[in-house]
Parts: sequence; structure tokens; C-alpha cells
Amino acid sequence: MTDPMMASEAALAEPAAKEQTARPRRRTSYLGKRLGFYLLVTWVAVTLNFFIPRLMPGDPATVMIAQITQRTGQPPNPATVESIRLLFGSPDQSLITQYWGYLGQLIHGDLGLSISQYPVPVADLVMSALPWTLMLVGSATALAFVIGVGLGILVGWRPGRGLDSVVTPLSTVVGVVPYFWVALLAVWIFAVKLRWAPVSGGYAPDATPGFNLPFMASALGYGALPVATIVFSAFGGWVFGQRNMMVTTLSEDYVLLARAKGLPGWTVMLRYAARNALLPSVTNFALAIGGLVGGSLLTEIVFSYPGMGFLLFDAVSNRDYPTMQAVFLLITLTVLLANFLADSLYVLLDPRTREAS
Amino acid sequence: MSDDLLEVRGLTVEYVAEGGSVRACDDVSFTVRRGEILGVAGESGSGKSTLITALTRLERPPAVTTAGQILFRPHGVAEPIDLVPLTEKQLRKHRWRDLAIVMQSAMNALNPVLRLGAQFTDVLRHHDRGLGRAGAERRTEELLSLVGLTAAQARSYPHELSGGTRQRATIALALACGADLVVMDEPTTAVDVVMQRQILANVLRLRDELGFAVVLVTHDLSLLVELADRIAIMYAGKIVEVGTAHDIYHRPSHPYTAGLRASFPPLHAPVERLHGIPGTPPDLRRLPSGCAFHPRCPKRFEPCDSVVPRLSAVGDQEVACHLHSHDRSEVVDA
Repeated sequence: MTDPMMASEAALAEPAAKEQTARPRRRTSYLGKRLGFYLLVTWVAVTLNFFIPRLMPGDPATVMIAQITQRTGQPPNPATVESIRLLFGSPDQSLITQYWGYLGQLIHGDLGLSISQYPVPVADLVMSALPWTLMLVGSATALAFVIGVGLGILVGWRPGRGLDSVVTPLSTVVGVVPYFWVALLAVWIFAVKLRWAPVSGGYAPDATPGFNLPFMASALGYGALPVATIVFSAFGGWVFGQRNMMVTTLSEDYVLLARAKGLPGWTVMLRYAARNALLPSVTNFALAIGGLVGGSLLTEIVFSYPGMGFLLFDAVSNRDYPTMQAVFLLITLTVLLANFLADSLYVLLDPRTREAS
Repeated sequence: MSDDLLEVRGLTVEYVAEGGSVRACDDVSFTVRRGEILGVAGESGSGKSTLITALTRLERPPAVTTAGQILFRPHGVAEPIDLVPLTEKQLRKHRWRDLAIVMQSAMNALNPVLRLGAQFTDVLRHHDRGLGRAGAERRTEELLSLVGLTAAQARSYPHELSGGTRQRATIALALACGADLVVMDEPTTAVDVVMQRQILANVLRLRDELGFAVVLVTHDLSLLVELADRIAIMYAGKIVEVGTAHDIYHRPSHPYTAGLRASFPPLHAPVERLHGIPGTPPDLRRLPSGCAFHPRCPKRFEPCDSVVPRLSAVGDQEVACHLHSHDRSEVVDA
């Protein structure tokens, strides 16, 4: 009965050779392409940053110089005028000359002088604000991701059971409460009523910033409440997204096969289900890093935290265009960096994307 | 009866839904001998895939095994074990070591983010704690070579392999821990006819070498006729006929089997006009009274729409049909 089948037996080993691929080269070329793309987009962003003030009606540079003159009682020195002209446009120079000058200035880290805190360079303001925001929002985003995704994996593994029926509705409710309200409430309860945390600021006034223990301890103490409010508002979204991905992944055949293989529950949950269900969350995490610089506005205003959001708020209130422009440029660059990170991470985590594009 | 590896008795699987449940497997009984290939054939919706997941105790809600026994006697076990009441933890001891599965779609059965080899070594090392990494990799290569794959392919990700290669890999995977019984759910639906033949030739050869038994589910009766030792025909959740492949092909007893048989071109004769079975498979929520096949049956007569025929021996075969029943005093359908 089986005779007609045996003839094809010899052909079995044949297709083996064709499927071998040069995998390491493929990975680098993919990342190389992405990197090239992001460098291009960065250049476009920087160039737009150059053109936008020049497209404004009137002559913002002249207005700015007048503003400085008014504020300080004397006209700025020629070097400052030159810098402002490079950044915001000059009627006397050709666009090409200005563009090269502008690029040169950027490369040297010269972002102009702040108007509201004249003559402090914008670069100095940014450099002193940036670490605060990176630490605050960075640790909060990472914590929210770890807690939220971890919970999401656990509740998604047994959907509809005890943990899921409590955590999922709760995290949804928590996620839709407006952040500013959470932050204000937290200040009122924990700082004003209970006095567990300071009301505002980044560190105790008597500590000297630098690598010393009293300062770092006080920075931690001041940062705890703002971090907690961000984590509180953000983790629900991670739980929800991760849980739903987990539920979708559980119906995949490879999860069923992993169970059929008799592997322990933890292995099936983490190595087979969560490892695949994690991919969209990782992308979202990398994209959330893009909001690192710009997304802390509300937190820093509520807590008067000395970071980028507060700096931007201050710049907007005082019409400090050079500072605003620098913050915007930085936000753009962070978003780009985050996107690149998301792409690179995805390549590491999902072998299928290494062939794409 | 000591060469019976698996004895299924009255297995009933229901899909629990609001407003009544649906019986996808209804009082299914059969045996599988050691080293035997039992084919299960039926149309879509006949309950054959449900049977496979229930056999391996992999059914997921809303599917629930509501009655029956799955008596399993793997090597080194004196008394048969009933798989139905076992907990997941107890089942884990038997999974893959005694009972393995090949899924319908090899495309989805392999974890896309793990290399092929890693999906062998994890199960190998889990069931053999003393096996080191190098040992597991060597064993993986041996297993892959059984189905004509190379060690290099163990380093590939599933998406880098063709459908046929993937399917052969999942068969090799099923053999990893020396299971006594390998259940296969339409293992060749996703591949072309040539690859289908290669894969099935492989299964036959490996069965002869390694001596495992196979329960193979498919809608393709002609394939089973070539491959299986015995064939069970399923209709609307019930087994309507069981017999040797030869008898099923040459002397089908149940009108449904005869209909299935007539819908495939003959193996060694010029193709003539083929006949399908008129009508469609019944809705399991509203089964016809009596024999579920009677509305489509060309040979129906007086008891068919009122009395449910029971599976009973007719010669070497077992048939559930009034045409062959000597005793008509059966359960009267309410």
C-alpha cells in the first residue's frame, strides 16, 4: 500500500542547502540603513530649525537685539549680534552663508544667549536642566514600564481569573485620571498634609550640587514624589497593552506546542508567550523615551522641578526665543533618537524584521 | 490486549456556550495499538481537530472534556493511566516523553523569535536533566538528520525556512523525547503535494525504525488509505466507521464512507466522473434526529431519522449504521 510513496524518499535531503543565509551581514546592513535614514531626518530637522525663524514676518533678530538693549540698558556686543544674526536671520548675508554659519555654530554647541537670563548662554541653561529631566522622567518611564509590563504579563497569562479581574479594571481607571490632578493631589496629600516629601524643587537649598552624598540623597528625596506620580499615571497603559498582547499571543499555536512539550509554566509564559507579546511594548517603550525631554512639562511645573519642562515654561512666559528654539531642537532630536532605538531594539528582539526593507 | 497503547472510551468534548453547549466529540471510542498508524478522516467540523486536542489534553476553554476516559499505557508503565482526570502538573510528566503532537500549521507552531535548535534543546534538556548543552545540540542534529535537515538549519529562525522544511522540523521535534504516541493534526495541509509525499514517506519510515504509534487526523481520505493501518471515519462528532485501510477503501460499509471514498480519484485507474456527497455537514447545535447523516444519505430508510445507530462490529470493521445493525432495539432519540 505504501509503495508509491517511497520513490520520492531520495529527494529529501535536497532543499537543505538553499535555505542558508548570511545572517550577520544582514543585521548590520539593516541597522546601517536605518542609521542613514535617521541622520538624514536629523539634518532635515536642523535645517527646518534654521528656516522657521527666517519665515517669521518681520525680522526676529532685530526685535531680539532691541529686547536685549532694553533689558540691559546697552546694545549687545558685536559677537553676540553676529550669533543672533546667524541663528535668527540677517538681512545683509546670503542664505547660504548664514546656513553654513548656523551649522558651524550648532556643531560647536553654541545655541545663542538666553534673553530672559541675558547673557547666560542657552547651552548652559540646557545643560543644567537636562540631567534633572533625564533622571526624573527616565527613571519614572523605566519604572512604569517594568511594573506595568510585568503586571500585564501576569494578568494576561490567566485572563479572566482573579488577578486579571482586579488589576485590569483598576489600571484602566488609574490611567484615565488626568495627570495634573494626580500630581496636585499628591502634593497636597504627601507634601502639604503628611509632610512626607518636599513641596517643590529638585534638591534641598542647603545642599551643594555635585558628586556628594548629601546632595544626591536630597535629590532622591525630592525626586521620589514626582517620579511616583508619573509612574502612577503611566503604568496602567502598559498593563493594558501588555495584557491584551499576551491574550492574543496565548492563542498562537507555538504557545500550545510549548505546553504540549511539557515545559514548565514559567518557561511557556516567559520564553514563548511573553517573549513574543513583548515586542509591541518594547517599541512603545522606545517611543516613550522620545517623550523624555518634552513630556515632563506638567510634572516640572507642578513640582517646580529644575528640568527641561520648567525651562521651556519659563522661556515661553518670557518670550525667550533662543531658549525655546534650543528646547524644541532637543525634543526633536530625542524623538529621533528614541525612534532609532526602537528600530534597533526590534531588530535584536524580532529576527523577522532583519530581512525587512 | 497488552499491545493496546491507547484506549479511548466514550470521550465527549463540548464547547460550552451561552444558550447551550455544542458536542464536538460525542461518545468517541477507539483503540490504538503500539506502533500503529490510525487515521481519522472527516469533513470540516466533524470534530477531528477537537479530538486531537482532547487526546493530548490540550483543549482550551470553551472546549471541555465532559465524559469519557483516555487510557494510555506508555512504555514502562504497568497499569494504564487515564489522562482525563490528571492535573496539568501530572500531565507534564507524560508530555513529549510519552505523548507528542505535530500541529496543523508548522508556520505557527514554531516560536518565531527562537532559533529552531533552541526549540529542540529546551524540551530535550527539560526532560533529561543530565543532558548538557553540547549533548542537547548533538541530539538536535541527530533528530534533524532523521527528517533530512542539516545542523546548519538548527541555527535558522523559523521564518527563514520553507513550509516543508518547517513541517519536517516539527515532526523531528515530536520525536525528540521518544514518545510512544505522536498525534498529528493535518500535518501536510500547508505544503504542496510533492512535499506532502516526502513528509509522509518520512513518517512511515521513522515509524518503522522507532516504533511509535500515530493518530493522524485529516480530511484527505486518499492520503490515509496509503499511510494508515486503520482508519476511523468521523461525522458530526461521532465515529461512524472503523476498519483497516484496505477495507475502508475497497469495502466501505457506511454510506458516508462510501460517499467520501467516491469523492476522490481512484489510485490506480483512469479518473472517471467523481461524485461528491450532496448537502453540507450538519450544524452541531441543531443535529438531525436519529443518525446525523440521514438527511444526506442515499440509502436512508425507516429507522434512520428516529434511532441513533451505535458503533458495532460487522466482520473486522465497526460501523454505526442501521443498514448493518442486526439489533434495532437501540436508543430512541428523544
